[in-house]
Amino acid sequence: MAASSSATTPLLRVRAVQKSFGSTHVLRGIDLEVARGEVVSIIGPSGSGKTTLLRCVNFLEPYDQGSIAIDGVEVGYRGDETRKRRSERDLARMRAETGMVFQLFNLFPHLTALQNITLGLTKVRGLGRAEAKDKAMHWLGRVGLTDKADRLPSELSGGQQQRVGIARAVAMEPKILLLDEITSALDPELIGEVLDVVLSLAAEGMTMLTVTHEIGFARDASQRIVFMAEGTISAEGPPAEIFSANQSNERLRSFLARFSAAHRL
Amino acid sequence: MLDQIAYAIPFLLPGLLVTIEVSLITVAVSTVIGIVLGVGLVYGPAALRWPIRGFSDIIRGIPILVLLFFVYYGLPLTGLNLQSFAAAVLGLTIFKVAQVIEYVRGAIETVPRGQMDAAKAIGLPFHERFFYVIAPQAVRRFLPPWLNGVTDAVKGSALISLLGVGDLLFGIQKVVARTYDPLALYCFGALLYFVMNYALSIASRALERRFSYIRE
Repeated sequence: MAASSSATTPLLRVRAVQKSFGSTHVLRGIDLEVARGEVVSIIGPSGSGKTTLLRCVNFLEPYDQGSIAIDGVEVGYRGDETRKRRSERDLARMRAETGMVFQLFNLFPHLTALQNITLGLTKVRGLGRAEAKDKAMHWLGRVGLTDKADRLPSELSGGQQQRVGIARAVAMEPKILLLDEITSALDPELIGEVLDVVLSLAAEGMTMLTVTHEIGFARDASQRIVFMAEGTISAEGPPAEIFSANQSNERLRSFLARFSAAHRL
Repeated sequence: MLDQIAYAIPFLLPGLLVTIEVSLITVAVSTVIGIVLGVGLVYGPAALRWPIRGFSDIIRGIPILVLLFFVYYGLPLTGLNLQSFAAAVLGLTIFKVAQVIEYVRGAIETVPRGQMDAAKAIGLPFHERFFYVIAPQAVRRFLPPWLNGVTDAVKGSALISLLGVGDLLFGIQKVVARTYDPLALYCFGALLYFVMNYALSIASRALERRFSYIRE
């Protein structure tokens, strides 16, 4: 698993990825690159394959064809001709290089906020207890939850839980952070506190691939927008271009029109 | 009536101990084997899942008494000749293993899928995902049916008197045969079973409270 981390290779490289659930063809040949330090947001109607693509990147979802490489290393299958699925141990090691934040937070309900973060630090990164705790407290501080360290997830608001979710992911120092509709399950007044954390991480150069319904956030935080429809990338470009009034892509235009109509209500 | 019971007690004590002993062995062995097979049923490859599925379905479809008779009277024909005590324990344990398999499967499957995803995402390998994330949450759902099953095991063990094992019920019947006072003796026997199970259910409620802090 030699990594070729020259500045020219993209950090994430997705090539011709195909994926079906039974007879439903969810991803129909996806090509996508994300450079080091870049923030890319995927938008698109539900059912277009956005979340599936994101879940393929850390192999939560195995893909049928194509290749996904992080820092030059094939993710789910061995890079050689055999294309054999990686062993459980290799997969775990690969996944530790990507952080993921989930729509429904998925915090471990039996562990405190602090323990949610230290679990990976001690078991995967091999840090000692004290070191893991220091690091976890540092990240809890970054998301403004130092005083909630010993609380169980059920004692936290949705916005607080999601901030712990972000701290849990970034504390592992992943090469890339995957954000899967992380504000979709939040009350509107709690969305801001979560997005602020993400914006500050972006400002520090964290590489991120996000799936989002927050068009405003996508525009402000991302260098590039990817518009997916029916399992393909239908349009791709900088926010100014994608959201421009004279956008020529018919599907994108009608998606944005329906979207802004729904949000003006 | 009281002196009837006082007369009976020395005869019942050994039986009571046998009932407790059989229940303990049955529960302990079936819990260990049932957990292993239950985890295999949920996460194992198909070659492991199907035999476990089949075993559990078949055993749970057989009345426990038929199973006991099969082990005691049927197995000797295949050359496996067990003493009544061993046959009783084996029969009850097989029955219980099938139940524990289902408790385990049910408990694991009610843990939300996202928990496994989150555990994978931080890079935990399978055994650590299971021990640190899934199992602690599954325990809370496993305990209530399992504790119910423990009292079932105590009650179900009364069937082994039919194999001639000298358990509590067997002891009661022996005394009744001597004193011809079934009412007092069966009442007293029922009380003994009740006391054992009531103690168990008090203990089980305390155990459930211990794990009730886990909420989604």
